[in-house]
Amino acid sequence: MIPAAFGYSRATSVADAVAQLGSAGPDSKLIAGGQSLLPMMRLRLAQPEHLIDVNGLRELDYITPKDGRLLVGAMTRHATLVRSEVVRRHLPLLSEIASEVGDPQVRSRGTIGGVMAHADAAGDYPTLALMMDATIVTDRRRIPARDFFQHLFTTSLAPDELVCEVDFPVATGAHRYLKFRRRLFDWAIVGVGVQMSDDGWRVGITHAGPTAVRAHAVESALRSGANPKEAAEHATDGLHPTSDVHASSEYRLHLAEVLTRRALEQAA
Amino acid sequence: MAVSQLIGARVQRREDPRLITGHGRFIEDRLPVGLLHMAVVRSPHPHARILRIDKGAAAAAPGVLAVLTAEDFHKQLQGVMPVTPSFVPEKKFVPDRFPIAGDESCFQGEPVAVVVATDRYLAADAAELVRVEYEPLPAVVDPEEALREGTHLAHVDGPDNIGWDMTFEGGDIEAAFARAEVRVTERILQQRLAPTPMEPRGVLADYSPYDDRLTIWLSSQNPHFIRLFISGAMGLPESRVRVVSEDVGGGFGSKISPYPEDYLVPAASRILGRPVRWIETRTESVLTTYHGRGQVFTAEAAAMRDGTLLGLRLTQVLDLGAYHGTFGAFQACACLMAGGVYRWQAIQARTIGVLTNKVPTDPYRGAGRPEGTHLCERMVDRVAQEIGMDPADLRRKNFAREFPFVNNFGLTYDSGNYDGSLDRALELVEYSSWRRRQEEARKQGRLIGIGLSTWVEICGFGPSQPTAAATGGISLVEAAQIRFLPSGSVAAYVGTHAQGQGHDTTFSQIVADTLGMPLEMVELRHGDTAEGPSFGYGTYGSRSLAVGGMALHKAAVVVRDKARNLAAHLLEASPDDLVFEQGTFAVKGDPTAHKTIQEVALAAYGPNLPTGMEHGLEAVSYFDPPNFVWPFGAHICVVEVDRDTGAVALQRYVAVDDCGNVINPMIVEGQLHGGIAQGIAQALFEEIAYDQESGLMQTGTLLDYLVPTINEIPDLTLDRTVTPSPTNELGVKGIGEAGTIASSAAVINAICDALSPLGIHHVDMPASPGRIWKLIQEAQS
Repeated sequence: MIPAAFGYSRATSVADAVAQLGSAGPDSKLIAGGQSLLPMMRLRLAQPEHLIDVNGLRELDYITPKDGRLLVGAMTRHATLVRSEVVRRHLPLLSEIASEVGDPQVRSRGTIGGVMAHADAAGDYPTLALMMDATIVTDRRRIPARDFFQHLFTTSLAPDELVCEVDFPVATGAHRYLKFRRRLFDWAIVGVGVQMSDDGWRVGITHAGPTAVRAHAVESALRSGANPKEAAEHATDGLHPTSDVHASSEYRLHLAEVLTRRALEQAA
Repeated sequence: MAVSQLIGARVQRREDPRLITGHGRFIEDRLPVGLLHMAVVRSPHPHARILRIDKGAAAAAPGVLAVLTAEDFHKQLQGVMPVTPSFVPEKKFVPDRFPIAGDESCFQGEPVAVVVATDRYLAADAAELVRVEYEPLPAVVDPEEALREGTHLAHVDGPDNIGWDMTFEGGDIEAAFARAEVRVTERILQQRLAPTPMEPRGVLADYSPYDDRLTIWLSSQNPHFIRLFISGAMGLPESRVRVVSEDVGGGFGSKISPYPEDYLVPAASRILGRPVRWIETRTESVLTTYHGRGQVFTAEAAAMRDGTLLGLRLTQVLDLGAYHGTFGAFQACACLMAGGVYRWQAIQARTIGVLTNKVPTDPYRGAGRPEGTHLCERMVDRVAQEIGMDPADLRRKNFAREFPFVNNFGLTYDSGNYDGSLDRALELVEYSSWRRRQEEARKQGRLIGIGLSTWVEICGFGPSQPTAAATGGISLVEAAQIRFLPSGSVAAYVGTHAQGQGHDTTFSQIVADTLGMPLEMVELRHGDTAEGPSFGYGTYGSRSLAVGGMALHKAAVVVRDKARNLAAHLLEASPDDLVFEQGTFAVKGDPTAHKTIQEVALAAYGPNLPTGMEHGLEAVSYFDPPNFVWPFGAHICVVEVDRDTGAVALQRYVAVDDCGNVINPMIVEGQLHGGIAQGIAQALFEEIAYDQESGLMQTGTLLDYLVPTINEIPDLTLDRTVTPSPTNELGVKGIGEAGTIASSAAVINAICDALSPLGIHHVDMPASPGRIWKLIQEAQS
């Protein structure tokens, strides 16, 4: 619980953050809310030589509706998403998901950009990004969510690249995110999000594999007229969850199906 | 007793203002000049031979003053760490335990070397540079497997893995079973638990070469015993060692016994001639602070078809870990309490302590009594289910009703009214209404369950005779001292030591009432071996009030009696003609002739004393209780199990408990809230898991070891009955462990009741959704 020594500097702008990342070398890391990074450092699972603090980048803290899109700055905290009227109006599912992230302390510090870049298998926003075909905007390019999340803790970001924005399509139809966990503030053992959009249901599954998964088979079953129960039977298609102290692989598969059915039934 | 004003009142906790404003003082708050910081290098292997330790790189690291290993500590510390007889006087194999591993390390986390540096971070960095060459050895993980002949040994030189094997006979078990019309058997697991106090352990030691004295600041439930153990190991007279424990951020039993660091830090201080401190990290706490439970029971109960209980036969296989915990054998009391509140013709209980390559187990809130209660209450429910009898009716049919009640092992329950608490709990929970709702729900395929737990506990340790044998010589009594200072304030010293129980408040209530003083004039002192009587016996086993509170009361009565004699002298009256009310001695029939006890206190230090009376107004008293005390009660839990996911929702929780007379109802309720939460934690959430192959701990952080929060604990409906204890003059029992002792059985019985339509008879703890889902799958296939 005692981290190793590390250097520290503050970024003054996006360009400065990128420049510092480049010059500080491969063992440097950005720190935003620090809600995943600091625990890993305290356990010495992560020992970055240098931290570049992006908490001062106010220009990345915004929520802007624009032409049928909802643009969310990377430094927007979970608590801000929860409180935001704009989010509730344009993408209420994001608001629902944000309200279930961690505990109040985590929500006050953690950021949406940090969750994306960290790419934990149990992260909730990646599921939403995948199912909604969101785009991750960096300092140099736009990356579709389906190309962004590559594996456990692995994204397509270059070592010196900074997540600046998440660009979601607006969706105000029926939706639900069900997060199955033992304690209120825990990560999802399995989570399922559903959203009715212009082209039908979008369905995503959290923590049933190394990355979030978009449940295409469920979506197409629903488009063909399947009811929630029938559609949910396709939830496990292509899933490869692991077993750990919290749940066996079989149980995670079962939960994916149950939660998909329930989310569809409860969506409002 | 004097007219009571404070006893029984909801006095707000006196310790809270400092604690909630950040003025509490824990080990980490002390910063002596010249402080050094110790980090511990721990074995990453469950079992290994230590071939070589290279200190070089660590010793050369910035800020490092010393890198020390077993070789260095053998020059400082003599003997081995203590193991008391407790409930198992005869032990078969007690491996010697030195505070730091030498040639062989026997559990993951066992100290192998320490680094002392000028800064905590530098110490932690340097600890990573100590190069230890290990030869991994096969690990003994499963305690039942460890009993098989020819299996691996937890200690390479051990004869086998059997720490003890003893059978308690309570009546003619064969005769009881021979009569039986019904028999049920069950295998019941008690998973390992990590105590997880909010303040982890911490030791600060300052050895003074000037006068060869040692002061140890320790987060401890048991400062005097620790002084006894450490002074012996350090070769210092007990009088030259002072152990100070100020605020303690929770213990739950884990801060009773001595730990390796309690020896290593003082020894390092003596080597370096400077104060040295070690603060446990949370990771170290989960890995190395003695675990609780860790037991497997097999049990068979025999009964008649009319519900009459006859016999209970059980075996407790207790996972000792790599060494015997100092008080680890206390957990065998599960066997002696397995009969619970019922009349049984006979009980036979075998306990086997097994050595494995894991951190030792030791008392944890309830220590043996939650396990005994859980077993008893599960078996009683199994009998009820087998014969189709309502579990409340079956309990009533078998309750002990005549007190004192002598149980199968000769233990004498002092007082009880088991019908009273059960009836009240059934009424509060609206039992028959829930049974109807359960019936309705079942028709819709929903799984509602109602679980009962009617419990009793043995607590309040003393008395002196049985406990002397259990500790290995020192009788568990309690000592207190009352000092009236000339200006009329009272300092009260007691040998117990709170770790959150609110003794500052409740004990002051007792002293203030006995002396007729306002609460503000009483200062309660505990936790410092340099103050008060020569010995103290610590806080554990719900003993503080029934033994320590009584010692304080006795000392206060001695002081009051002396004050009465002096007041009589001053008022020129006979002591028998004085009445004592509201802190004032008054002559009967003469309203003008009176002295307050403060005036008398001042006079006790003045020139006008009666012939033969010594100066001063103070007294030391020891209280040796004639028996244990026996709190009891009834808990009822209502759950609904989600058939699809196996998730358990707690719908209702009612607890009606009886701890005799109550000093402060608010504190009793607080103890029950915390205790019940801890039992629910075991029933549904917490489990220390080890990989069965490698023996490595799998639940090393609080992300994996699931301590529940307020979000997971339902509203609790509490009530009580009052059946005073005849064991002590205050009529009090204990309440610190009651909630934990009662609640796991109530929750699990409710879950089993919910699942009974599916043919599921038993669910082990923690009853996680995954575990329940699997049982449902198996039952349906």
